[in-house]
Amino acid sequence: MSDQVPATFDDFLRGVWRENPVVVQMLGLCPTLAVTNSVANGLAMAMATAFVLLGSNLLVSSLKKWIPHEVRITSYVLIIATFVTIADMLLEAAVPVVHKQLGPFVALIVVNCIILGRAEAFASRQSVKRSLLDALGTAAGFTLVLVLLSAVRELLGTGALLGIDLLGPRFEPWVIMVLPPGGFLTLGVVMLVLGWHAKRSTGRANGEGAA
Amino acid sequence: MSDLTWILLSALLINNFTLTLFLGLCPFFGVTSKTETALRLGTANVFVMVITSTSVWFLNRFILANAPYLRIISFIIVIASLVQIVEMAIKKLSPTLFRALGIYLPLITTNCAIFGLAIFQTNRGYDLWQGLAFAVGAGLGLTLALALMASIRERLDLADVPSAAQGFGLSLIIASCLALAFMGFAGLGAG
Repeated sequence: MSDQVPATFDDFLRGVWRENPVVVQMLGLCPTLAVTNSVANGLAMAMATAFVLLGSNLLVSSLKKWIPHEVRITSYVLIIATFVTIADMLLEAAVPVVHKQLGPFVALIVVNCIILGRAEAFASRQSVKRSLLDALGTAAGFTLVLVLLSAVRELLGTGALLGIDLLGPRFEPWVIMVLPPGGFLTLGVVMLVLGWHAKRSTGRANGEGAA
Repeated sequence: MSDLTWILLSALLINNFTLTLFLGLCPFFGVTSKTETALRLGTANVFVMVITSTSVWFLNRFILANAPYLRIISFIIVIASLVQIVEMAIKKLSPTLFRALGIYLPLITTNCAIFGLAIFQTNRGYDLWQGLAFAVGAGLGLTLALALMASIRERLDLADVPSAAQGFGLSLIIASCLALAFMGFAGLGAG
């Protein structure tokens, strides 16, 4: 499929689906599970991460000529930590309620392996334009998973989406879904479905029929 | 129950770092194929957490009081470099201990559990002893979670599971059951 897509657009697309940071590369699990108990939290986390990712990829790719190879990881961490501090302060000033809900997990973006991974594996070698596209794609992929997980968990756990009651008063909420076990369970089910799908498509490609 | 015991117990069981706060998930899913490795990683983690807790207390008390906006940056740099120094010291002083902790020491520096510990400790305003109790509790909690997961997965290798379910998906479902079990500890404080 990637053969027909122009290379620049592929930088974007790759992060969204084929190399999705969470479900394919299994990075950034900590925020993925911790803040997806409501769609609002998931979205805020995704936006904050996207901001840090764009900023760090932009700076890393534009400074790549000046960062000595030996201290590159430290430099990346410093760049990321700076953007995380900015994001933390922005969230606290703009949406204090969400900031309080996310708690320490905003600061924890700094140890999100997705960001350091993109800086080291992509932005440190590519042009600014491609790095920005890569950051956008990875952020979109991350947002996709976060919104999907938080939508499932909020709907089943409270019967509402974004605080709007959808399932009516007769629905008995599965409170467990908004609690920690629900996070593991939801992502686990997503991974099982994806694994089953992958198995089926490779089975078909080999002419063995559905597995 | 005294304050310190309570902090330790709470970090160990009720607010277990891995199973309730989702911190340190990378080692939890990455290196839990053998119980022995899991235990070693856990030990190294307790060690780094104690160092982290002490240095974070020092930073908060003497340096960052007037500059809270430098918190994230200074925590990560100080923790990473301190662990490097300690690693070199151990290598020199006790090669046996160094071999036991192995490559895990540098690996866990940027682990989210370590950084989470620093942030939680700061937010809750723990003093030095409370911080140390918190670090030991959190480290032991992580070790417990790793050991539990590893011992289940050792058995699972012999089990006959559907081929599509092998791997990460199944580990997550098991983690979910473990987290469910750990929720039972939530009543510990009330009783």
